[in-house]
Amino acid sequence: MTAQVPITAAAETGGGVWRFPADRPLRLDSGATLAPLEIAYNTYGRLNAERSNAVLVCHALTGDQHMASTHPVTGKPGWWDLYVGPGRPLDPERHFIICSNVVGGCMGTTGPASIDPATGQPYGLKFPVITIADMVRAQAMLIEALGIETLFAAVGGSMGGMQVLQWAADYPEKLFSAVCIAAAARHSAQNIAFHEVGRQAIMADPNWRGGAYLAAGVRPDKGLAVARMAAHITYLSESALQRKFGRELQRDGLSWGFDADFQVESYLRHQGASFVDRFDANSYLYITRALDYFDLAGQFDGVLAQAFRSARNVKFCVLSFSSDWLYPTSESRDIVRALNGAGCRASFAEIVTDKGHDAFFLDEPQLDQTLRGFLAAQAQARGLS
Amino acid sequence: MSGAREDFREILTLVRPGARVLDVGCGEGELLELLTREKGVDGQGLEISPEGVSACLARGLAVVQGDGDRDLDHFPTRAFDYAILSKTLQQMREPRHVLSELLRIAEQAVVSVPNFGHWKVRWALLSRGRMPETGALPEPWWSTPNIHLCTLRDFTALCDDLGLRIDACASLAEGKPARPIDPRQPIENWRAETALFLLSRKQEGRAETAPVDLFGDPPASPRKR
Repeated sequence: MTAQVPITAAAETGGGVWRFPADRPLRLDSGATLAPLEIAYNTYGRLNAERSNAVLVCHALTGDQHMASTHPVTGKPGWWDLYVGPGRPLDPERHFIICSNVVGGCMGTTGPASIDPATGQPYGLKFPVITIADMVRAQAMLIEALGIETLFAAVGGSMGGMQVLQWAADYPEKLFSAVCIAAAARHSAQNIAFHEVGRQAIMADPNWRGGAYLAAGVRPDKGLAVARMAAHITYLSESALQRKFGRELQRDGLSWGFDADFQVESYLRHQGASFVDRFDANSYLYITRALDYFDLAGQFDGVLAQAFRSARNVKFCVLSFSSDWLYPTSESRDIVRALNGAGCRASFAEIVTDKGHDAFFLDEPQLDQTLRGFLAAQAQARGLS
Repeated sequence: MSGAREDFREILTLVRPGARVLDVGCGEGELLELLTREKGVDGQGLEISPEGVSACLARGLAVVQGDGDRDLDHFPTRAFDYAILSKTLQQMREPRHVLSELLRIAEQAVVSVPNFGHWKVRWALLSRGRMPETGALPEPWWSTPNIHLCTLRDFTALCDDLGLRIDACASLAEGKPARPIDPRQPIENWRAETALFLLSRKQEGRAETAPVDLFGDPPASPRKR
């Protein structure tokens, strides 16, 4: 484990890379094992003496552990710094907040760009297919290694929300409360379809080289950028796109060619181009596959309520956004009904916004208030000051 | 507790400490908060309005944004000790189904309904020929959320039809203490402005007993059957 390095002055920030020895492999749903396992993580705040204030934040598809501190590659603020920080709903003054890069990721946790000990080369497509449950199993290993028996809360949006649901299914005894934002209990045909477009774009890039691009010293940046552009559309609502860009042009007049005439084109190209600087194409393939394979009810004979049958002591908060068409409100309602069916105490609110799926890390006052209200009530129940 | 709605005070006396309570149409959570604070209940709210849900969450209550007409079906049988439906049955699209569901989900239901048989209502119709606007029914016909109004006699008939037992009943009126009543007495169908019922499913082979007084205060006069 690397030394803890304070990054911000406002709140103690730590973390590093936890290296599990080869005799402690990660056992995967596919039957394969992954060893040695490394997990890159950040922490914010201090674990209290009772070890009762730990919060795990699970990141989304292209997120990472740099949740509330400057990103080392992009130099941008953390992806959730509107909600994590001093005076924010998740407050390092009160909570010990952990965020770890998912297994299969590319920001320090073992993934397809890591070196395969069997060959001395990057794994590439030799990396085993992973699932949301595998990501959660790796997080549970980290939490245990950090000496934490129960999490005060597991919190996540989008793919992070799916991990939170999987936590409730697999480790309910380690969970006091759970917050699932803009997620679903399974990937729909439409979700899988969009991911397949992204994967095909990557694999169609000649630089992909059957996944062995790192050894060849090239990167399928064009394919990965197109994948990101297609996905990015699904994160926004039609009305938000219209409000932001309409049919506004980049310059005066049309180019009568295929330059980025429209502002929305320029915006998407920028999203694609900047994404490739911080993300690995094979990680994108593996993580989208993990999402597509996600079907929590499928793990419990098709009955979602069964997934939560041991989680009756966990307090749940499920949130959706009215304009999210990627994981629409109906998906969150299905989760809530299953929680009710299992006899769990759950709160659910649909937050009205036109910002689409991405609203979960944008400035949404209702999301802020809801998180504060829920976490404050749980803190009181847990006896946190 | 001062300033609490009259029916809230009555419900508070009815509910067992530590019980599991579902409040259907819980609004901003005033009743659930009161029950949690005073009776230590394990509460769950169901509320349709976003404002109500936000307010409940800010109070730290478990609340699901949803619709009493549609979302009760998803709760498991006997998940709660009490299901509370305060002054909203008449606003439901399917009150009969809702009432039946309440007593599937919970051992007992606490239901309050405005009585359309109250003398002021009858008088308004008889004398003016207009839809009544009274303390219990304050809104004009074109803006009222009440779509399924009933009289006490209608309500007790529905209870009989659904095989429900009336464990207790009280008449409520603005600014007056609650009055335990026998809702089957014809006079109460004139006198009660709003009635609060404690209901349960009839047990097989058990005769219905007279409503018992669970409201704390002794009845003003001996109850007649």
